[in-house]
Amino acid sequence: MKEVKISVNNFDLYYGEKQALKNISIEIPAKKVTAFIGPSGCGKSTFLRVLNRMNDLIDHVKIQGEVLIEGVNIYDKQIDVVNLRKRIGMVFQKSNLFPKTIYENLIYGLKINGIRDKKVLDETAEKTLKQAALWNEVYDRLHEPALSLSGGQQQRLCIARALAVEPEIVLMDEPASALDPLSTAKIEELIHELKTKYTIVIVTHNMQQAARVSDQTAFFYLGELIEYDKTSKIFTNPTKKQTEDYVTGRFG
Amino acid sequence: MEQLKQKHKDVQGIIFINLIRLLFLVLVIILLLLLGKIVVEGSGILSLEFVFDSPRNNMTKGGIGPAIFGTIAVTFIMILFAVPLGVFSAIYLNEYAKDTFFTRVIRTSINNLAGVPSIVFGLFGLGFFILFIGRNIDDVLETGLLFGQPALLWASATLAVLVLPIVIVSTLEALNSVPKTHRDASYGLGATKWQTIKHVVLPQARPGILTGTILAISRGAGETAPILFLGAAFFLPNLPVVDLCIGDYCIPMINPTEQFMYLAYHIFILATQSSNPTKTLPIQYGSTLVLIALTFLLNITAILFRYRFRKILGRL
Repeated sequence: MKEVKISVNNFDLYYGEKQALKNISIEIPAKKVTAFIGPSGCGKSTFLRVLNRMNDLIDHVKIQGEVLIEGVNIYDKQIDVVNLRKRIGMVFQKSNLFPKTIYENLIYGLKINGIRDKKVLDETAEKTLKQAALWNEVYDRLHEPALSLSGGQQQRLCIARALAVEPEIVLMDEPASALDPLSTAKIEELIHELKTKYTIVIVTHNMQQAARVSDQTAFFYLGELIEYDKTSKIFTNPTKKQTEDYVTGRFG
Repeated sequence: MEQLKQKHKDVQGIIFINLIRLLFLVLVIILLLLLGKIVVEGSGILSLEFVFDSPRNNMTKGGIGPAIFGTIAVTFIMILFAVPLGVFSAIYLNEYAKDTFFTRVIRTSINNLAGVPSIVFGLFGLGFFILFIGRNIDDVLETGLLFGQPALLWASATLAVLVLPIVIVSTLEALNSVPKTHRDASYGLGATKWQTIKHVVLPQARPGILTGTILAISRGAGETAPILFLGAAFFLPNLPVVDLCIGDYCIPMINPTEQFMYLAYHIFILATQSSNPTKTLPIQYGSTLVLIALTFLLNITAILFRYRFRKILGRL
């Protein structure tokens, strides 16, 4: 029996009057990669942002239902959003490094937590760069601007930056959609290695990518969760007609 | 196929372009005439002595030192008022305030403030700062008539209100230009709102805020009307300076309760109150040249800052 990390029950989300997520229920296993697929505007990115309450930052969003992480409802009034986001890292579609040095980007999450000890900062920087398979490429220029790196390196640095605060869950919103095939392969390899330590949820447009990196796949369409199963099952023998049409490329 | 070789003549376009060129030329000529006249008439008198000396012999001799000092002192204190107030207002409006009726009224007020004639600010300063705040301070502190009269402090405060819209609007623009994705990254790492503003937003907005500050200085330094009845003096034998002593150790400080001479106002009185216009004329041109050079330098600095700022943003 696999361990459940995130469990969502009957979740609805509205942007003003428009309902963007309809009655979503899903159980996401610990230390596995779960992929969300579906056509543009199907709500998969919105749902990803539900999991670390990034939607709180948008006005006029209304929600209903519960999201349990290890049994605790993160939409409970007593939950501190800042602490929540420290436990749930996020990597965005386009690299959003700060215009600071590589090192300063890496330790940003620690610095805002009040960690000043140079030794701890240095060790974390090295450890997370190695985790993100970036150490060999940048170890001699940690104090150069992060924006001087290539696109693929920047995105891996974003992942390293997210890992530096030692989250339990890493959310990735189309992390490779703006990258070339070689950089994409590196990111996918990285995701594969990270799942031994972290629970990973990845949103992707690219179905081959979902098939390659994920253990579980959820198919979203028009704000609904249509089908959720083992990745191998979704791509070879889906139950629903809509899922089959999408994964075989008949629409979307 | 012969038709392809017949070229279209865009007559209207040619006329229009040449008209614009002509108007542009007129503009440049007017500017050159203006600057040329001032440079030619004013540069003769420029010297170290002119810049540092006091006016002598009923302003027909000597320099404009006290007026330059007064201008710098007033704008310096003005910045101490205007920049913190303006920057924090802009941070509140851009980062914290929700879009409500109340905040829309505030935004509209800021834009309207920029359109108020500057003499109105002068009257406001006299009524509000000197007669209301100043006199009340005197009553409370029992200082007689120290604060309740025209003084450098109130001129600076009034000019600060005048330049406040410049500081707020340029800060708002700078804050707005910080990409949302950077804020997301910061929140995603577990930063609070204030940490995000302090560590991510403000560092990137700093050049824009600095640009606004410099433009505010150059605007404030060039104003005459608001300070007419706020302590700008015709002539002062001494600089508005007081020795601040701690024990035996004294350092000269700007005295904000004194009256002061002001470059822009000095030009005005040289032109209108002179007892001997032929003798004061070169001094008047010299003062104008110094004022123009001062504001021009400040504006150039602001433009350079903005240019650097755009280049940094362009890389993102």
